[in-house]
Amino acid sequence: MATIQVDIVSAEGEIYSGDASMVYAPAKMGEVGISPRHAPLLTALKPGEVRIEDTEGKEHFFYITGGILEIQPHIVTVLADTALRGDELDEAAALQAQQDAEEALAGISEETDLARAQEELAEARARYIAAQRLKGR
Amino acid sequence: MVAASKIRKAQNQMEASRPYAERIRRVIGHLGNANPDYKHPWLVEREVKRVGYIVISTDRGLCGGLNINMFKTVINELSKRKEQDVEVDLVLVGAKAVQFFRRLGGSVVGTATHLGDKPHVNDLIGAIKIMLDSYSEGTIDRLFLVHNDFVNTMSQVPQVKSLLPVSAIDLGEETLQDHWDYIYEPEATELLDDVLMRYIESQVYRGAVENFACEMAAKMVAMKSATDNAGDIIDELQLAYNKARQASITQEISEIVGGAAAVSG
Repeated sequence: MATIQVDIVSAEGEIYSGDASMVYAPAKMGEVGISPRHAPLLTALKPGEVRIEDTEGKEHFFYITGGILEIQPHIVTVLADTALRGDELDEAAALQAQQDAEEALAGISEETDLARAQEELAEARARYIAAQRLKGR
Repeated sequence: MVAASKIRKAQNQMEASRPYAERIRRVIGHLGNANPDYKHPWLVEREVKRVGYIVISTDRGLCGGLNINMFKTVINELSKRKEQDVEVDLVLVGAKAVQFFRRLGGSVVGTATHLGDKPHVNDLIGAIKIMLDSYSEGTIDRLFLVHNDFVNTMSQVPQVKSLLPVSAIDLGEETLQDHWDYIYEPEATELLDDVLMRYIESQVYRGAVENFACEMAAKMVAMKSATDNAGDIIDELQLAYNKARQASITQEISEIVGGAAAVSG
């Protein structure tokens, strides 16, 4: 039986790798079914389910949040996104990063300042003690 | 040695990100070749008036000169740009960079901190998008990535890599040998957007993971030298203590002997 190699990879690692007799994926223009020796195709994926029928007839399901699908006659590669994408979501993330920057630079809610603040506190305390001693003389 | 096992994990993560980056690079090569006439703005070089830097640092300290060395590199870059009358925008990853540039000043347009032991692409998307958007709008004309390169456990080298325009991608001999092309769905030009964005993100992600491996390696070395130094100090103090004790014993004996001599004499 003809088989096709399937790799599902994301930027953070490999998710699945193996032989299959049939692969279904949620392409942007509609679900595609891929048999071995499919013509080379490159398409964007939308959130949905990638279904793999392996050589023993067992089915594997993977939920992906989008990505890119690359098909060559003997190999299918799903470049899966690791996060839910979308223009609005991306926009929100960008806005968040910008706000973080403003806050961090203004010095609000910055945990990393704790160490510095503690240092300053220790210094102030030492000065206070020294001042007390001077007074006591 | 907590850091030692974390290095291994970070290195595995680095390894795991490679297949994705390689494939996406190949896909870009194909897309570029498929439409020789179409020039995506991210692929075109233009006159440089303002540049962007994505600086990846660590979140926590106690890692020797790792961050400082990298900041030195950044400052060098910044002063070079200043000489050329080129302005600079910064996106900072990691709390240490935020701390540093708050004191130094500079136009910081985005930050991402507290990535933890396992950086996720998700945490970086926002910061990257700021830069990509300002590149598309023409605010910045080049984009660089600065992070520490993991050479080995003893050596980490700060590196400045060019991200945009994507001219460095090897469109490659491999693709020239192939006479086939993909069917594109939707248009290749639309796909190129998606693919390029993911490519940049995977590059930055890799930088973050690599920097984390560096952080752990530097921590391990810093902790080791701290332990060694403490050991040296303990040895010295032990010697001083022994000498003092010996001196007091000698004195006591000589007093006793002197006293006995006085009595019997």
